[in-house]
Amino acid sequence: MNGHLIEAERLSYIYPDGTRGISEVSFKAAPGEAVALVGENGAGKSTLLQHLNGCLFPTGGSVRVAGLAVVKENLPAVRRAAGMIFQNPDDQLFMPTVYDDVAFGLLNLGVAEGELEGKVLKALETVGIAHLRGRQPYRLSQGEKRAAAIAAVVALEPEVLVMDEPTSNLDPKARRRLIALLKTFGHAKIIATHDLDFALEVCGRTIVMHEGLIVADGPAGEVFRKADLLEHCNLEIPPSMKSGLGVNPLN
Amino acid sequence: MQTITARTFDIGYMDTLAGGDSALHRLDARAKLLVTLLFIVSVVSFNRYEISRLMPFFLYPVFLIAAGELPAGYLLHKVLAVAPFAIFVGVFNPLLDRTVLFHVGPLAVSGGMASFLSIIIRFLLTVTGALCLVALTGVNGICAALESFGVPKVFAVQLLFLNRYITVLAGEAERMARARALRSFSSKEMPAAVFARLAGQLLLRAYSRAERIYNAMLCRGFDGRLPLPRQAVFCGKDAVFVAAWAVLFAIFRLVDIPQFFGIFLTGLFK
Repeated sequence: MNGHLIEAERLSYIYPDGTRGISEVSFKAAPGEAVALVGENGAGKSTLLQHLNGCLFPTGGSVRVAGLAVVKENLPAVRRAAGMIFQNPDDQLFMPTVYDDVAFGLLNLGVAEGELEGKVLKALETVGIAHLRGRQPYRLSQGEKRAAAIAAVVALEPEVLVMDEPTSNLDPKARRRLIALLKTFGHAKIIATHDLDFALEVCGRTIVMHEGLIVADGPAGEVFRKADLLEHCNLEIPPSMKSGLGVNPLN
Repeated sequence: MQTITARTFDIGYMDTLAGGDSALHRLDARAKLLVTLLFIVSVVSFNRYEISRLMPFFLYPVFLIAAGELPAGYLLHKVLAVAPFAIFVGVFNPLLDRTVLFHVGPLAVSGGMASFLSIIIRFLLTVTGALCLVALTGVNGICAALESFGVPKVFAVQLLFLNRYITVLAGEAERMARARALRSFSSKEMPAAVFARLAGQLLLRAYSRAERIYNAMLCRGFDGRLPLPRQAVFCGKDAVFVAAWAVLFAIFRLVDIPQFFGIFLTGLFK
C-alpha cells in the first residue's frame, strides 16, 4: 500500500457526451489524513470522488484505494474501504426505518444477526441519533438525515470517508454538530465542499480544482491565503480568515 | 398544493402506524400475514349471492382496529378511496341478472342486486383486513414474512422498493407542483399541456433520483439481493393467534351464524 490509502495517478474522465470531467489528476492521501477538495461548480470535485468507490471508472490513468486498484473485480473490497456519503441524504437513505438503513450495509457485508444490533446501535450512538432508530428517514430533519447517512457508512468501518458537500442544506447548529462529529473520527477523509470555513476547520490539507485540474495542493491555511489563486478559481478567502475571527490556521 | 403535501405525508402514515407498540404490533409478521390470508380466502370462498353469512367476518377487522389502537376513521377513508373500483366491478350486475332471489317486504331483490351487495361487503372486509395488516406490521415486515413463506425474494424486494419509491416520487411531484403553483398566480387549473410536461419531467427526475439511490446502494455492498431483517422466533402467542382465528373463520364459514341467531331470537320471542 506504500503508506497511502488513496493513490490517484494521472486520472482522467470524459463523460459520454464528450465533456471533460477531470484531466490527469494525481494525488495521494495517507491514513487518518483529512483532505478538502474545493473548487467552483463543475470543477470536477464530484467526478473525482465518484472514482474513489467505482461509481465511475477512469477513461485514463488509474486510482488505488487501500492498495486495491479500483476495477470491477475489486469493487466489493474497495467499497468497503471507502465509505461514500452522498450530497443529498435522501439519495442514500431508502429503507423504512433509520435502524434498517444502517443495518442494510452490514447485512450486505454478511454481519451475523447476533452482532448486527450492537453494530447498528454503536453507529447510531456515534453520531448521536440512537433515539431516532425507529423513525422513517424521510421524516427526519436535514441534519438528522445527514447524521443517519453518516451512521450508515460509519457502521461499515471504512478506512476512508468520502463526502460530497456534507454541509449543504444544514442550518448553522447542524453544521457545527457535523464539524464536531467529523473531528472525532480517526478515518481518513476526502471531502468535496464549497464551505471553505468548514474545510479550514476539519481538513489539514486542501486540494483546489479548476476545470478538471488540480491547481493547488497544500495545508488549508496556506492555500486559502492565496487570494489570486482563489479569485482565479472563482473562490473566496474563507470569512473566518478575512475577519481574523474564529479559526486561525496559522496558530 | 396543500392537498399534495397532505397526500405525501399521508403515504408514510401507514408506516408510522406500524411503529406502534400494541400486543398485535408485537406479534410475528408471519402470524398476522397468515391469518389475513386465511381471512381473505374465507371471505371470497362464499357463493356470489351470499350476504348475511359474511357479516360475522366483520369481527376480525373490528378486533384488529380496537386491539391494535388503529384510527378507524383514517382506515375507512382509505377504504372508501378505492371503493370506486369495487363499485365498477359490480355496478352492472343488477342489469345483467334480474332473477328475483327473495323479497324484503315489498322490495324484490334480484340476483344482480344481491351479488353487487356481496361484492361491496367482500371488498370492505378484504381491503380493511389488508390495510389493518399493513398498519400493524409495516411493509418491511410483510416482505420478510412473504419471503419466509417461500415467495421469491425478487418479488418481496420489488414490493419493498415500490413502497419506498412512492414517497420519493411523491416528494418530487410535490416540489414540482409547488414550483408551478408559485408562478401560476391566478390560474388554478393546470392546462393539459403543462400537466403533460410536468409528468414528463417527473419521470426524468424520478429516473435520475433512482440512479443516484442505486449508486448509493452499490456503495454499501448491494448486489441485487436485499437483505431483509431476519424474522423473530414464531412463539406460542403467535400460534395461539393463528389457531384461534383459523377456528373462528372455519366456524363462520361452515355455520350459518346469522341464521342461528335469527332462529334463537325468534324462538325466544315466540
